[in-house]
Amino acid sequence: MPEPRRPEPEALLPEARRENRGRLKVFLGAAPGVGKTYAMLEAARSRLAAGQHVLVGVAETHGRAETEALLRDLTVLPRRRVLHGGRILQEMDVDALIAARPDIALIDELAHSNLSGGRHDKRWQDVEDVLAAGIDVYTTLNVQHVETLNDTVARITGVRVRETVPDRVLEMADQIELIDLPPDELIERLRAGKVYVQDQAARAVANFFAKGNLTALRELAMRTAADRVDAQLQEHMAANAIEGPWPTQERILVLLPEGAAGRDAIRIGKRSADRARTEWFVLALTSLRAEEAARREASDTPGAALRLAERLGADNSVLQVEGDAAAEVLDFARRLNIRRIILPRPPARNRLARLIPTAHERLANGLTRMATEYELTLVGDDGRPARHRRSAPAPALPQILRLAAVVVATVAGVSLIAAAADRLIPVLSLSLIYMTAVVAVASRFGLWPSVATAGLSFLAYNFLFTPPRFTLTIWDQGQFLTLVLFLVASILTGNLAARLRGRVIAQRAIADRTRKLYDFSRKAAAAAGFDDVVWAAVSHVATVLEAESILLVPDGNGQLAIAGAFPPEDRLAPREMSAARYAYEHGEPAGRGSATLPASRWLFLPLGQAERRIGTLGIAHEDGREPDPGDRRLLEALADQVALALERIRLSEDLAQTRVASEAERLRTALLSSVSHDLRTPLVSILGAAGGLDQPGLDETGRDILIDTIREEGERLDRYIQNLLDMTRLGHGALRLNLSPSDLRELVGAARHRLRGPLKGHPVEVLVPEDMAPAAIDPILIEQVLVNILDNARKYSGPGTPIRVTARSEGDHAVLAIEDEGPGLPPGSAALAFDMFWRAGQGDGGQVGTGLGLAICKGIVEAHGGTIAAEPVHPDGRGTRIVMTLPFAASERPA
Amino acid sequence: MTARILIVEDETPIRRFLRVALEAEGWLVSEAASAHEGVALAAREVPAAIVLDLGLPDADGITVLKRVREWSSVPVLVLSVRSDEAGKIAALDAGAQDYVTKPFSTGELLARLRGLLRDRASEGGAARLELGPLAIDAKDHRASLDGQDLKLTRKEFDLLWLLASHAGRLVTQEMLLKAIWGPAHAEDSQYLRVYIRHLRAKLGDDAADPRWIFTEPGVGYRLAER
Repeated sequence: MPEPRRPEPEALLPEARRENRGRLKVFLGAAPGVGKTYAMLEAARSRLAAGQHVLVGVAETHGRAETEALLRDLTVLPRRRVLHGGRILQEMDVDALIAARPDIALIDELAHSNLSGGRHDKRWQDVEDVLAAGIDVYTTLNVQHVETLNDTVARITGVRVRETVPDRVLEMADQIELIDLPPDELIERLRAGKVYVQDQAARAVANFFAKGNLTALRELAMRTAADRVDAQLQEHMAANAIEGPWPTQERILVLLPEGAAGRDAIRIGKRSADRARTEWFVLALTSLRAEEAARREASDTPGAALRLAERLGADNSVLQVEGDAAAEVLDFARRLNIRRIILPRPPARNRLARLIPTAHERLANGLTRMATEYELTLVGDDGRPARHRRSAPAPALPQILRLAAVVVATVAGVSLIAAAADRLIPVLSLSLIYMTAVVAVASRFGLWPSVATAGLSFLAYNFLFTPPRFTLTIWDQGQFLTLVLFLVASILTGNLAARLRGRVIAQRAIADRTRKLYDFSRKAAAAAGFDDVVWAAVSHVATVLEAESILLVPDGNGQLAIAGAFPPEDRLAPREMSAARYAYEHGEPAGRGSATLPASRWLFLPLGQAERRIGTLGIAHEDGREPDPGDRRLLEALADQVALALERIRLSEDLAQTRVASEAERLRTALLSSVSHDLRTPLVSILGAAGGLDQPGLDETGRDILIDTIREEGERLDRYIQNLLDMTRLGHGALRLNLSPSDLRELVGAARHRLRGPLKGHPVEVLVPEDMAPAAIDPILIEQVLVNILDNARKYSGPGTPIRVTARSEGDHAVLAIEDEGPGLPPGSAALAFDMFWRAGQGDGGQVGTGLGLAICKGIVEAHGGTIAAEPVHPDGRGTRIVMTLPFAASERPA
Repeated sequence: MTARILIVEDETPIRRFLRVALEAEGWLVSEAASAHEGVALAAREVPAAIVLDLGLPDADGITVLKRVREWSSVPVLVLSVRSDEAGKIAALDAGAQDYVTKPFSTGELLARLRGLLRDRASEGGAARLELGPLAIDAKDHRASLDGQDLKLTRKEFDLLWLLASHAGRLVTQEMLLKAIWGPAHAEDSQYLRVYIRHLRAKLGDDAADPRWIFTEPGVGYRLAER
């Protein structure tokens, strides 16, 4: 077998991706104070000495003399001044850094959080941009800031740092240099005041720098660096087709059931995926009900978790399920070749509460039962989503009071009805009346009001109707049983009805969403041009999401420009513009509610896939709120449709343009051959005849013949040139109709007069009524049409054959026909006759002419709103009849 | 006295053959190659008629026409190109008497010029015109063809008289309408079409194959010269 081993294509990807990017070198330390910045500056100085352009974006010296001394020879980029909380603070100027295009940029403290108003929230995002610009970056990082180690470090030291860096940034590093310092030495430095620790309580600091902690952190840092080395080795082996024990592609799926925060599950998923060196996915489940609730409570549960997952490098999806979540999840898992599913454990509840399982519990149970071929892992959940509520106005009190009033009024009303029916039906059957009410309330107001109604009905029925009446005591055991059964049945039916109601609401919402999407595709399909689609898109998005919307596409110079907005807008603030640009260039959402430039008022989504990126679509709410997850999903779906519609229209416009271009090319070739051949022929006769004139011995007759030749050929040349000119005028739309009521018979006369030479010998029969109403036409142009057609008729029929011109009225237009007795048009060419440069009997046997005459006629007649066509005169195809319609002058239309 | 014709035309070959043709007809010829020169010569040499090209290098032919019209009513024959319908009509509006479309035959041009010069000669107000078989008497409003009296209405007679007194020359629709129906009707071309049709019928002429009244589409009419 041994086939030569080829590098795995997937393994080549990261290398290729690095090709144009800058290289990232991370100086990794176990704790503050180990000397990362110092090491970075030293490394930079040696690069500088090697002649490279080194620029310090930011370096935190914390006032340490030896570190500052290192900075002396290096160029330091001026910081950007930011007004923050009434104070002017300084931040790294990313734009200036990229613009300066150094070979190496020094950017200290990778985990730093930027002040709001910058490009990104986090410095590591700035670093990504700098790398993307092809600039090498040196940076520093402490191990406790690594996202997946964050928990571990917190457990070891009891101090949790808020600023974290996604693992994938570390993975992206081409080089990691571990800055190691034995714990004892670090503690010594700390004592000597050489370690700057940012505003942390002294106690916490003391805890943090305990020797045990430092040893653990040191080990962690070493392991991280070593892992990285291992990973690089593996990549190298794969890229060079070195066989090795490759882990199978066991992909991992982290499930986020409705309402679960799931951050632990996500972190565990990340770690597992890292260990297995495999891809992983995060799937958030949601339902319309959950979304409605999220909207009401302004919580951002799936959003926050998904952003975390995104930072950790997962592929995210949101799946909306209304029915059997477990089945849907398994279907999803099968499609993605998932082997392992990680799911947060449903929160513990008491036994009674578990009688009605939550969606989360149903999912966990369903998966346990059905996911036999998968490895299922339940992990602890770190918190309920309620903790992340930004505001919790919970169910409004007036709402509860209103529902309570409804319940009480219903039971009171039903009791009255039951009292009235008391005489007619047995007491036990009266409970059915109450049951009806319970079902009605359930279908109208949902589960809890129906349960309340059932309870209250139970009491009312007991009090009013069961003997002894007007007490809550029951004598008869059978009646007691009836009452209990009533209560249970009420709750069950109420539950069913409420669920049904939920289904209906959900269905309606789904239908509504589908309709909104469908509406747009219908609008887009009807749009004729790019601008129309843009307008349809922005107006539709604005209406559907009740927000402002804007669409930007690159202009001729590749600069993003506003193509359309609703309400119309022709400028964006610089910050909004950079969010739009980011979304367009990076293909990721940017702006409000996203990880990039969240201070922007607008949220921008990219339109189209990487190579075919079309532009970006933005929305903003007037009150400045973030688009909620449901809206955001609808927006994403709409963005996809908009991108498709724009791409479709762009393609068809491109296609049309290509067609026009090739048509123009064909015409140009035809024109050149026409000019070179057809215009030269008369010139040959003219020059020849003129040369013959001074021949000695030329008699009178010969002279006359030569002179006639010169004149006739000259006139023919004139007609050709006139045709070319007319065609140019038609083609440039420079044709202006000078309409005036004109007598067709007169025009036929004028045309004949102009052609009196060539028409000599052809009897022309004119059957145009003398009293025919005048036509609303440009007489000069229509005369030209008649000249062209008469000239054609003459050219294509034998000498002496008659030409017939007829006209009749037909409604509001005149029908004018010119017939000849020539051989007729070749079969099937009646429509071609009006094409430019087409000539009957093309080739040597054909008639000379530019082939423009009829094309001009068509242009002129159609400009008048008329039609023109060719047909044979006789059934056997002989003879050509050109029929045209011309409008009558409105005021003089015949009765 | 021999008439002098001024040719204002920038193309040397055209001037050259025009000079040959006009001198063969017995006229004196002056040539100007630019608008500036044309205006100067028109003032200095007092030509009997001017042949004016509309496309001149230094100024529009219409400008020349307007300048000349400031002091002179000398007949002007305009040379126009077919695609420039607007320029032709503007020239007629600015006071040109007639036009020929380039390229033109020398015979056609000479006929037009003769028409212009005769018109000038008869400006004194002849009472009787004879055009071959057609005789028109302005004094007693009678016209006859081949000796047969034509029964013309007053307006038809006026129309015929106006055309005949400019025989061989273009008479614009506007001019006819103003002269016969009055300035208020300068735009009412439907009157004119009806009367022309009647007049043709009485002259035994056919619009589709005219022998007497020729249509200049969109511009006016021209009575044949005999």
